[in-house]
Amino acid sequence: MTALILRDVRLAARAGGSAMLALAFFAAVATLVPLGVGADLRLLARIAGGVLWVAAMLAALLALDRLFQADFEDGSLDVIALAPLSLEKTSFAKIAAHWLTTGLPLTVLSPLLAVLFGLPAQAIGALFISLLIGTPAVSAIGAIGAGLTLSIRRGGLILPLIVLPLLSPAVIFGAGTVLSALDGLRNGALPLLTAFSFAACVLSPFATAAAVRLNLGS
Amino acid sequence: MLFRELSFRVEAGRVLSVEGANGVGKTSLLRLIAGFLAPADGTISLQTNGVLVVDGEERGKYIGWLGHHDAVKPQMTVREILQFYAALYGSGSAIESALDAAGLARLSDLPGQYLSAGQKKRVSLARLLVCKRPLWLMDEPLASLDTAGKKIAVGLIEAHCAAGGIAVVATHEALGINCERLVL
Repeated sequence: MTALILRDVRLAARAGGSAMLALAFFAAVATLVPLGVGADLRLLARIAGGVLWVAAMLAALLALDRLFQADFEDGSLDVIALAPLSLEKTSFAKIAAHWLTTGLPLTVLSPLLAVLFGLPAQAIGALFISLLIGTPAVSAIGAIGAGLTLSIRRGGLILPLIVLPLLSPAVIFGAGTVLSALDGLRNGALPLLTAFSFAACVLSPFATAAAVRLNLGS
Repeated sequence: MLFRELSFRVEAGRVLSVEGANGVGKTSLLRLIAGFLAPADGTISLQTNGVLVVDGEERGKYIGWLGHHDAVKPQMTVREILQFYAALYGSGSAIESALDAAGLARLSDLPGQYLSAGQKKRVSLARLLVCKRPLWLMDEPLASLDTAGKKIAVGLIEAHCAAGGIAVVATHEALGINCERLVL
């Protein structure tokens, strides 16, 4: 499983495109929103959690359609599927690699962008923690969509329609966590986000493997 | 329905050449054996060390696959590709001998994007050696290869079967070796 994670991370680093595109998209949205909303720092701080969470989620989705599709198209997925590694573990490895190359960099970048929204330090910390805990759920649930659409031409257009409704709890709990920190409330929605992310990471490899299996037989 | 009343058996050490016109189901037959597809009726089984393996996914663990596509990543060198599959298949490191056997020693540090179609096919052949599986399923293994490449491919199939392996080869070209034939 480690070999597959390392290979995917290496490919993402060499190809560069998707991960860098995700970061650029995230930075662009986070920069444009304060320009559009204006200089009302109170308002910006109130909407920061929601805006940054939605931007991070959409940015992570940019790279998701190629999660299995590239391997499917060049025949690698057939060879990987026949390895002594279950498709569930293969799916988990793919999810982990996607998070390492997309979710984690987005999380690391988020405190810098949060400054543009005038977020105080405790809310920036809450944003960082919420993204660190929540972005694995984005990769995990996105992988189900990637598995379902892997043999569909332009499946990347359908993927968000499948995945976004399933990710709404992550956005609600993630933005809620930031808002709670801003209001000085303890805990907030973080435990709910943690539970959601944990459940997604545990259950997604099974659903993703079933979707991939279906497409390998097509 | 592609096949009806299709029945065959391949013993260890034998090559089965699957032949037929385009679209008769040669690739589908290989995918059925690999467990990617499930037969509508009937069974496909693999007997190994006295154990009968019927389950498609379990059967896949004994299979080396060479498909239409070469599974060569443009961003990875030939050596990295083989190292990855050796690690994934837990088959130890026989990279250098596989590179030599497939005639790829000179190209080992070249990224996949610079390889020709024939060289990519050689990488697929080297991958089969690295993965060390007893049953080779090969879909048009001679396609894109030059005369020297075809000789290498046929030699590898012969050596694999001489060592007790099995090769099921879907092909339009005569392999030129002693093999059983299944015409669809």
